[in-house]
Amino acid sequence: MKSARIAFTLVFAGALAAGSLMDGSVVAGQAQSAQPKEIPFETAGDFLKLPDDIHLGEVAGAATTQKGNLFVYYQGGGPNATIGASRVYINGGARLLEFDRTGKFLREIGNSENDRPYAFLFAQGVRVDPQDNIWIVDRASRMVVKFDQTGKVLLTLGRRLEAVGELGSSGVFGRASGPPGSGVPGDNFNQPLDVAWDAAGNIFIPDGYGNARVAKFDKNGKFIKSWGATGAEQGQFNIPASIAVDAKGMVYVADMGNQRIQVFDNDGTFKSEIKNVGAPRALCISPGATQYLYSSNSNPTEDPFLNGEIYKMQLDGTVVGRFGKAGKQFKEFGMVNEIDCRDPNTLYVAEMMNWRVQKLTLK
Amino acid sequence: MRTRFIYAVTVALALSATITLFAQAPAGGTQTPAPPPGGTQPPAGGAQTPPGGRGGGRGASLRPKSIDAPDIKFEVVKDFMKLPPNVYLGEGIGIATNSKGHVFVNTCAQQTRNFEFDEKGNFVREIGKDSYGNVFCHGIRVDAQDNIWVIDEGANSIIKYNPQGRAVMILGRRIGFPYNGMEPPVKEINPAPPYIFNRPTDVAWDAAGNIFVADGYVNSRIAKYDKYGKFIKQVGSRGSGPGQFTLLHAIAVDAQGNVYGGSRSDQRIVVFDNDLNYKTTFDHVGAPWSLCITPGPGHQYLYTSNSNPDSNDSEIHKVTGQIFKMELDGTVLGKFGVPGKEQGQFSTVHGIDCRVENELLITEIVEWRLQKFILHPTAAQGGK
Repeated sequence: MKSARIAFTLVFAGALAAGSLMDGSVVAGQAQSAQPKEIPFETAGDFLKLPDDIHLGEVAGAATTQKGNLFVYYQGGGPNATIGASRVYINGGARLLEFDRTGKFLREIGNSENDRPYAFLFAQGVRVDPQDNIWIVDRASRMVVKFDQTGKVLLTLGRRLEAVGELGSSGVFGRASGPPGSGVPGDNFNQPLDVAWDAAGNIFIPDGYGNARVAKFDKNGKFIKSWGATGAEQGQFNIPASIAVDAKGMVYVADMGNQRIQVFDNDGTFKSEIKNVGAPRALCISPGATQYLYSSNSNPTEDPFLNGEIYKMQLDGTVVGRFGKAGKQFKEFGMVNEIDCRDPNTLYVAEMMNWRVQKLTLK
Repeated sequence: MRTRFIYAVTVALALSATITLFAQAPAGGTQTPAPPPGGTQPPAGGAQTPPGGRGGGRGASLRPKSIDAPDIKFEVVKDFMKLPPNVYLGEGIGIATNSKGHVFVNTCAQQTRNFEFDEKGNFVREIGKDSYGNVFCHGIRVDAQDNIWVIDEGANSIIKYNPQGRAVMILGRRIGFPYNGMEPPVKEINPAPPYIFNRPTDVAWDAAGNIFVADGYVNSRIAKYDKYGKFIKQVGSRGSGPGQFTLLHAIAVDAQGNVYGGSRSDQRIVVFDNDLNYKTTFDHVGAPWSLCITPGPGHQYLYTSNSNPDSNDSEIHKVTGQIFKMELDGTVLGKFGVPGKEQGQFSTVHGIDCRVENELLITEIVEWRLQKFILHPTAAQGGK
């Protein structure tokens, strides 16, 4: 790293009520390293061609397949609800669409409200693995689901909560073990946020808003281990928002609330941290011989014009350059929640607050 | 089948929750605009109470000072709105027209929906079907470039659709899943966060494209943004003093950029200059449920609806329900309309479009309809 010392500023952008510290909404990182190089880039603008009656909402994820098709997982409208501890949470329905590389709409997975897969409740992310399987991450159903290219379900991880538990029990079925954030190992999640794989097919899931751990499963979905708990020490997390694994099997976790990327070996042993890129919300590692790590310092809810830049790094954290800023026009970003970097110079960014996907070409 | 069953229960709870959450909304049917006790729950037999029987009657405090303004003659276009089979308007909340005369209606149906009609009232299409922004209707406006702006009180968002019907800018953010930092404060925050609304009610623009948002039911402020959605400044707090609001329910901007905020529950229209400095207050035209300023070019007029509240109180209905036509300085030119369910009457007006000065399009809450009115010119126009 070039800069010896990095200063951080907590930016309190809004005056929301107490208890709103989740989601990086109020705390946003501002990277203040020596100004990295600005990477020039273009956007394809509004390139997705949607059917008349399909409208994107908050776009949680966008991921390409080997042949360049694009899957988009987003939060749409329609009636839906999740029962919380003290009130009923009303959510729109999560929807998964496929487009070809020109942006032409191809299909929807589960193309009517009643046909949508059971896990589609509140979209958090979609990723495509090296075998072209499609994995969705859903925060409200607390599930990660693997589909093959035909849309068939191959694997489910986690369990969507039932509304009520056993007679006489105050609990509900499908919960994660232990108090939130305590790091109890196990299969069930509490608002998982992403998924990644190593070369052997092991599955890594940051879990999440409710918990603060990374769970590792083998390729068949058998739980191996998990590490982490709520905190700011090495190996602890404050919202592990995103995850990526490099070709050597090293695991990179966006520790958004602690404004750092933590790097672990394949068994979860802490190795290093990257601390000059703001509050990372979305990570992507490009494939190929020379791999790059992208990380978005996405704007918080309270300020659609704060931060928003995306960093391009070498795997050791050296910043190659940065591009973009928060805002509502094209070439600006509204809370990037996921980045696809299959081609390191053609990025797809999923924007929560601008309800769109931008296709970016880096120069 | 167990899964199915639970899903059904969940949806049922969601529906009841929706009702609960928005029970205070005007379209929810329980909110009165004014202080009189008993307004929401009139005693049995209230309709038979003789006028004056309660120290002037419950309607007294809602009687607009200009109630004796001259009547404007008008005709209603019979059966203007034509819906195809199996398409239903719900409560008529927002109304706007574009430069081609097409009509846009924001309605609280089973879902919040936005319909487009042509200039003859024939159904054309739905805008933003199943959008994430369709939570609880509160209005629709069309800007000078024919973009369609939807105000959603439930999504706490204002969504700008381009003329093709695609969302191109979102102001505010819908409260999503728990723990995303967006638990709604139930009390007013003052000053409110620049980019977070709490049940916003209306939107308007000046000639430069600056955006003015009425926010709204919980906050009591007008927020000004540039045309790219960047916050500039805001004004307002809850109250009835200069520059304050009690239920900021409507907003309009004139050609000079002056901003008119409708403070519904204390029956005032509060006027600011373009920098949101307080100018004046109009307190003689009742409760401004809806405002519209004719676009010009040339002389502009202000319409305001002192809507009869949806509170089932016949005494209040005797003094409310009329729409006033005004000069921008507050001079009343005339009034028209009475409460009622027949065509040509008003059942709690919630939206006015006045793109053409004497051709008003009006939506109402209680009767699920859109009506078109042709007004006779008022005397003050004689010189035009």
